Amino acid sequence: MEAQAIFDTLKGKFGDAVVELQGEGFSPAFVVVAPAAVKEVSRFLKEDPNLSFDVLMCLSGVDYKEKFAVAYHLHSLKQHHVIGLKAMLPRETPSLPTVDDVWPGANFHEREAFDLFGIVFEGSKDLRRILLPEDWEGHPLRKDYKYPDFYHGIKV
Amino acid sequence: MTTRTDALPTQEMTINMGPQHPSTHGVLRVILTTDGEVVTRAVPDMGYLHRGLEKIGERVTYAQYMPFTDRLDYLAAMNCNCAWAWAVEKLAKIEVPERAEYLRVIVCELNRISSHLIAFGSYTADMGAFTPFLYAIREREQVNDLFEMICGNRLTYNYARVGGVSGDAPKGFLEKTKEFLDYFEPKLDEYNNLISYNKIFVHRLANVAVIPAEDAVAYGLTGPNLRGSGVPFDLRKDEPYSVYPKFDFKVCVGTGERGTLGDCFDRYMVRINEMRESIKIVRQAVAQIPDGPVLAKVPRVFKPPVGETYFRSECPRGETGIYLISDGSVNPYRLKIRTGSFVSMNIFEKITRGLMIADIVAVIGSFDIILPEIDR
Repeated sequence: MEAQAIFDTLKGKFGDAVVELQGEGFSPAFVVVAPAAVKEVSRFLKEDPNLSFDVLMCLSGVDYKEKFAVAYHLHSLKQHHVIGLKAMLPRETPSLPTVDDVWPGANFHEREAFDLFGIVFEGSKDLRRILLPEDWEGHPLRKDYKYPDFYHGIKV
Repeated sequence: MTTRTDALPTQEMTINMGPQHPSTHGVLRVILTTDGEVVTRAVPDMGYLHRGLEKIGERVTYAQYMPFTDRLDYLAAMNCNCAWAWAVEKLAKIEVPERAEYLRVIVCELNRISSHLIAFGSYTADMGAFTPFLYAIREREQVNDLFEMICGNRLTYNYARVGGVSGDAPKGFLEKTKEFLDYFEPKLDEYNNLISYNKIFVHRLANVAVIPAEDAVAYGLTGPNLRGSGVPFDLRKDEPYSVYPKFDFKVCVGTGERGTLGDCFDRYMVRINEMRESIKIVRQAVAQIPDGPVLAKVPRVFKPPVGETYFRSECPRGETGIYLISDGSVNPYRLKIRTGSFVSMNIFEKITRGLMIADIVAVIGSFDIILPEIDR
């Protein structure tokens, strides 16, 4: 299915929760959805037989300066098509529902986005730091991150 | 006489496996909760090698990032080099000369052979057979010699460039490559006779840590770990890039030949068979390689257009996906690298429940993980 057709299907099903289609300059194209609707849209994308996006290839946090975003790259082994899903989050309270019950493989990616961006995935079965030490301060991939001078007295 | 066994106290014990452990293939720490010899829970703890490669990427130019991709997976540095080059070229829509693409495919497939050799060798060493490891290293040495010939380096190659490769193959390289393939191809049968179908080895792997196909897909496994579960998905075939469509090769999948489909033995066997397919690809590439330039004209101050792209390539440890966001400046705005080993670790806790401690080693080896790729 083409990105436009997928967008139209989602728009017809979820209405205003589906915000826009980012097509020009984006490969694959992104369907931007409201953060609160991410779980329902994901479940529909996975379970609808015409879409059946059974693989979550990648889940990334992004800092767009005025907003955060979570980008999902999806692939369907059955239908052989790809699509991106994106949710824009406010900087002050970056949180959205988890999708680890839709694609169990999401868990590590979500932990990484939590670790490096401080994005909270509500309802996650296991949301801890994954790459950095548990007592690390701050989230390094944020654009306004200040590099620390010391960690436990060790110069970094 | 009464037995006292029912009076013996049993309680769960927590053991650290790693981060310094010879069979965790690097600095992986696994927190084991055990009931006697049986593992009730195995939680992987990663991050010991985290260097912030994604953050570094935001501060260097696209060309300067190339040596960092070597450090992503040092056993398959050519594949990571080329993945980065392909991703940037997809973002900036750069045409690459055909000879450069052929050279990339040749070095990528040679690197896949040498990476799978390490997987094979270290796995057999983990299982208690040391000799095959020496055989694997002996063969890998010849691939390293070839790479030294073409780019001067033996581990971190820094060979690909945005727009092509750093230099043409020197005189005699293609002949040497052919010689190596002729020498190496019969060795695979030797390995199979020596260890693959050895009864003890098979007993250690067959029916251990079975991953059903639907679990493998749900957890997003890729590469040999996915194909070991019988899912015939290979990016070189299913989402072809570069000049891969021109070559004839088959996608190797697990068959459950010694146990259950998706067990450790299947994942091991997929790698052995893939080396044979890589030999086939390199032979065809060496025969068909055209003449011509090896580097496209790319401006010195290189600024790709504003946009976002996600490029997937088939590395020896699964899909290496590069999500690149460009704001039109000389540095990437954001880059995210999704690696096969990182995703494989996600299913680790699920499939190791109820195994023996010795089987944990078999599972880690069958995933062929590499830690710099997990921790980035």
